[in-house]
Amino acid sequence: MEFLTPTSMQEALEAKSAHPDAKPILGGTDVMVELNFDRCRPATLLDLTRIPELAEWGRDNGSIKLGAGVSYTRVIAELADQLPGLAMASRTVGSPQIRNRGTVGGNLGAASPAGDSHPALLAADAEIELRSVNGLRRLPATEFYTGVKRHAGRDDELITAVHITPPSGPQQFCKIGTRNAMVISVSAFSIALHPDRSEVRTGIGSAAPTPRRAVDAETWLAAALEANGLWESRGALPEGLAREFAGLVAAAASPIDDVRGTAAYRLHSLSVMARRSLGWVWNDYASGQEH
Amino acid sequence: MRITTTVNSEARDVDDVWEGESLLYMLRERMGLPGSKNACEQGECGSCTVYLDGVAVCACLVAAGQADGRDIVTVEGLTEGNDLHPVQQAFLDAGAVQCGFCTPGLVVATHDLLARTPQPGDSEIREYLAGNLCRCTGYEKILDAVKLAASRMASSPTKVAK
Repeated sequence: MEFLTPTSMQEALEAKSAHPDAKPILGGTDVMVELNFDRCRPATLLDLTRIPELAEWGRDNGSIKLGAGVSYTRVIAELADQLPGLAMASRTVGSPQIRNRGTVGGNLGAASPAGDSHPALLAADAEIELRSVNGLRRLPATEFYTGVKRHAGRDDELITAVHITPPSGPQQFCKIGTRNAMVISVSAFSIALHPDRSEVRTGIGSAAPTPRRAVDAETWLAAALEANGLWESRGALPEGLAREFAGLVAAAASPIDDVRGTAAYRLHSLSVMARRSLGWVWNDYASGQEH
Repeated sequence: MRITTTVNSEARDVDDVWEGESLLYMLRERMGLPGSKNACEQGECGSCTVYLDGVAVCACLVAAGQADGRDIVTVEGLTEGNDLHPVQQAFLDAGAVQCGFCTPGLVVATHDLLARTPQPGDSEIREYLAGNLCRCTGYEKILDAVKLAASRMASSPTKVAK
């Protein structure tokens, strides 16, 4: 096995180009488990922890560029006011030790349907930055996830950052698991209100082959809010609206039975989370909180 | 490959490290530091918690090569000369040690907690130690130990330094 330790972005991209089969490693919280249990033996490990650019976040024209190597601990400590949905999701990851090492970039690289950051990224219309020696492209999160633990990045590309324009309205993230810490989600849901464009965005986790939005539920809810003048009035939600929204969210999922839970439980818990989290974001919105 | 690190304030070089091995394996099997325990190897149990450049991490999830040139403190490095660290002493005095396998990880995690939050409440302790599993104590004595350490360290603050 080879262990490559590039110290600049250019070196890292050249290394990935020269070794397209190299396994990138950031915090190691997924990759090292695979190595420790002999589930994979990559010919090359590409350590990305020494590239300063990946470990930074910054503002870029009203949007936030989150380097792939920024830990969950830092997302929580430094970005909770600007990206509350992603910070909420980050708080549910593993334990303090895992959050100190784990990264959103690594979550994207693993592309597990159960990854905690994905629903929040989808609800925020995040874009994933992929780079190679040949250039840079940005993919909407919806186009990034292509299958169970598969993503749209090419062999010569590295996931280098996530670009997120903070949603203009309140956000929520919920996750169901067997205890309050150290769990892989049984199901997860995130919602963001975007009142500046009269839109709603959602993200579903652990209830389909990939993280995905509940597009019909979003469209239906945004239209119902519009029809009732609620974006402007911030009045109470009509009776039954949250329940109907929850049904549409569950309809967007396609879960399976597995060791963590049954498909039926996933659908039920998803609709409960959708109904409750809509109530929470709407309460925040009605009370004038922009986040 | 050769790995050069500082472990418990001492420069340590190790040769013939396999590229796919963990920092935990290197510490235990190549450096003779068996304090950090090897249990789950997947970051679930926290028994291998060490400081990497001052940050508490599971050593089983750090590739040895990622530790090259870095500063590591293990549970062995928390003692103050011949004296146990107040956190270690509190675990003994409170009866928070039964089989002892989880203790090194809990000691390092508690050390980190008290460095950030010198007087943590119950919920803060539970939240911060959520990544450290103990199958013997039922955690009550561990909570007692954390609170005992916190109160002793508050009354002799010179012992707070890492």
